[in-house]
Amino acid sequence: MVKHTKPKTFYEDFVRKGGPGEKNTHYCPGCGHGNVHKLIAEVIDELGIQDRVIFCSPVGCSVFAYYYFDTGNIQCAHGRAPAVGTGLARSLENSIIISYQGDGDLAGIGMGAIMHAANRGEHIAVFFVNNAIYGMTGGQMAPTTIVGQKTLTTPLGRSAGRDGFPLTMCEIINNLAAPVFIERVSLGNAARILKAKKAIKQALVNQVEKKGFSFVEILSPCPINWKMQPIEARKWLIDKLEPVFPVKNFRNGDSQVKYDPPRPVSDEEMKKLFNLEKDISIKQKEEHISEQLVKLAGFGGQGVLSGGILLANCAIAEKHNTSWLPSYGPEMRGGTANAGVIISDGQIGSPLVDNPNFFIAMNGPSLDSFEDQVLPGGTILVNSSLIERKVNRSDIKTLYAPLTEIAQQAGAVAAATVAGITMYALSTGIIAVDTIRQVIPLSIKRKALIDENLKVVDAAREYYEKNLAKT
Amino acid sequence: MERQLIKGNEAVVFGALLGGATHFFGYPITPASEVAHMAAKQFPATGNCFLQAEDEVNAINMLYGAAAAGSRVMTASSGPGISLMAEGISYMAGAELPAVIVHVQRAGPGLGNIWPEQSDYNATVKGGGHGNYKNIVLAPFSAQEMCDFTYRSFELAEKYRMLVFVLADAYIGQIMESVTLPGDVKHAPRYDWALYGDRESRGNLISSILMNTELLSTHNWKLDDKYKKVAEELTEWEEYETEDADYLFVAFGVCARLCLSALSALRKQNIRIGLLRPKTLFPFPSKRLCELRKKIKTAIVVELNNGQMADDVELALRCAVPVHRYNWMGGKVPSTQDIIDRALKDLRG
Ligand SMILES: Cc1ncc(C[n+]2csc(CCOP(=O)(O)OP(=O)(O)O)c2C)c(N)n1
Ligand code: SF4
Repeated sequence: MVKHTKPKTFYEDFVRKGGPGEKNTHYCPGCGHGNVHKLIAEVIDELGIQDRVIFCSPVGCSVFAYYYFDTGNIQCAHGRAPAVGTGLARSLENSIIISYQGDGDLAGIGMGAIMHAANRGEHIAVFFVNNAIYGMTGGQMAPTTIVGQKTLTTPLGRSAGRDGFPLTMCEIINNLAAPVFIERVSLGNAARILKAKKAIKQALVNQVEKKGFSFVEILSPCPINWKMQPIEARKWLIDKLEPVFPVKNFRNGDSQVKYDPPRPVSDEEMKKLFNLEKDISIKQKEEHISEQLVKLAGFGGQGVLSGGILLANCAIAEKHNTSWLPSYGPEMRGGTANAGVIISDGQIGSPLVDNPNFFIAMNGPSLDSFEDQVLPGGTILVNSSLIERKVNRSDIKTLYAPLTEIAQQAGAVAAATVAGITMYALSTGIIAVDTIRQVIPLSIKRKALIDENLKVVDAAREYYEKNLAKT
Repeated sequence: MERQLIKGNEAVVFGALLGGATHFFGYPITPASEVAHMAAKQFPATGNCFLQAEDEVNAINMLYGAAAAGSRVMTASSGPGISLMAEGISYMAGAELPAVIVHVQRAGPGLGNIWPEQSDYNATVKGGGHGNYKNIVLAPFSAQEMCDFTYRSFELAEKYRMLVFVLADAYIGQIMESVTLPGDVKHAPRYDWALYGDRESRGNLISSILMNTELLSTHNWKLDDKYKKVAEELTEWEEYETEDADYLFVAFGVCARLCLSALSALRKQNIRIGLLRPKTLFPFPSKRLCELRKKIKTAIVVELNNGQMADDVELALRCAVPVHRYNWMGGKVPSTQDIIDRALKDLRG
């Protein structure tokens, strides 16, 4: 009799299994999972990678693979092992990640996970145990159940018309560019098992050599749910499964995808990148200001949102508190846009500017919408380039200025709100025009744009001083 | 340290990276996508991993794998995506894996719309997936807190081996404010429970399956003890003008901001009202509310949902104090004046 020695990668006693029989596995007699476990364990021994292996077990009969493998172990949700393997592989450069999955797990509930992990070329070895049935739950149809095969949920046999055809995963994955190794093997007899071991070894060697995604499909018997004796089951596997799932190598090569992980940076570099050391405050805070509720409204493309951001940046530069909140979503895609900016020396409560004390109306519809909401005693700055009518209310201050023309003449139509912000500064004195001039270069990246925006500020100041200063 | 104008959704990313995050796995969804956009830029720029997953189901399982490997890992999503993550969240709770989930709430149910709601309070605070578990839930109400809470959240997650949710809403995600970024960069230490693919960690097992009823029962009680400990150690809230208050607003997120404005207006009309703002939703400041019930005559819970937190407030107050529920849904956000008007009516009778 041949003496079977246990691979070193298996635990001596299956303590995690508990209960009686700590020497035996939980698998049924004649089950293929035991074979596959042993092959994997032997290859791990041969390659000397036991410490580096992390074994992802699926949901299915092999859910308890961690009873046996003396490696790092993680038990995954049904079908998700390739995603879990992705998280591991992206974290641990030096580990060998094994994703062990059944056919329900991989080709049913986990179809999305396996396809995308394969397509990304994740550095994992997938061992896909195809027994053409759901073993653990007692024998229901699997995505790989063959046409005519009887299961609990196909009592009359799988009907292609109703249930579709069995999924051939190797062929499907072979359509993808990233995988480096794809092979289907069988546990039908001793010779086939030897071949299976070779494929398993290649998949793991590929991990050691950091080659990439490797996929081995293993046709495997489930005598209990096939309702056969173990020997009969091996025969059925060869006679019935192999014709549907041809045993062969589909690919053995180098990956066509290459990924260069980003270069690590030091803490100091990170701080610099995040501007942690840069001081953007421009002037020391002087007297306290009363809370400013500013609303800018117009149509998309008038710079309503960015104008608001400029104002908020100026407020920070002058050491005030500020908040900016846009209208957003579909509203932003064409149509009207508006932003509320609050400037305060206290804590800012609601960030919504329901009732502004300063309203910059960039177009007619905005004036119509918000005129009534301005606080009594507040101010409306009307962009007279686009709004012909006058403000109806008499309990507020009004300023009329051709903001669009001012911006256009300075060469930056999109900066009409910059003209508006400049006039806000001049009219209220809350922020200095100099602050605007100094903040613009900090918040705009393109040099040409900076110059244009600065010209708009100067032109707006000139217009204000000439026409509005006395009002 | 300098203040910068940063959007809530983006502040999250700076807080995360300074807090030692190394991995971000996510799937786009408004109004949380901006977190992914900024992460896609800053994670690689700082030598870290950003990966767009095929869907949220697998994104959360990437978190499961990375967390098991001892990485500081996060994702960001909104209602429909969080629903898809429920399975993985439950597994992570069972396997006691630490990670951070930024949840920028939109309006539901179903596809709903992309405007703010706080209607995932129950799903987030009470669990959301299957089984007896809890998440730590932090409720930021400003861009600064989006940064600070995310920054802290990794250490909290690891300390208790729990998931930490940063539960925001579309407005807190969208808001730009002056933010001071934390000056210290943190890093994850090595943990004795994690898988590192080396000899020392070889015996480790990350799993949520315990077939033996005795073992699972013990595990569940152990989790429960942990949640009790979290409640004792971590409950955080902020009070505004509660010393002399006859009435109390209770609100979180953007609603707390609205209540702050309403509070100062009501105080000017001689209505002595205060605000209690939970900063942690689990654990919930029940004890403090219970104390306050001796002082206050009425509580007003302001929420963008159908009164989900109000149930917890009522429970904490032991029904000793009438609770008014001011609720808005569908993405509608009240004006400060709406809240003031209702409060005047309810409190002046
Ligand atoms: C989300 C979810 N759905 C269903 C189940 C129930 N379930 C457990 S194992 C299994 C099928 C396993 O079949 P397979 O992947 O073929 O593995 P086998 O048991 O045959 O090895 C199912 C449906 C589950 N655990 N989780
Ligand atoms: S049910 Fe089938 S797959 Fe599961 S252990 Fe038994 S023989 Fe193996």
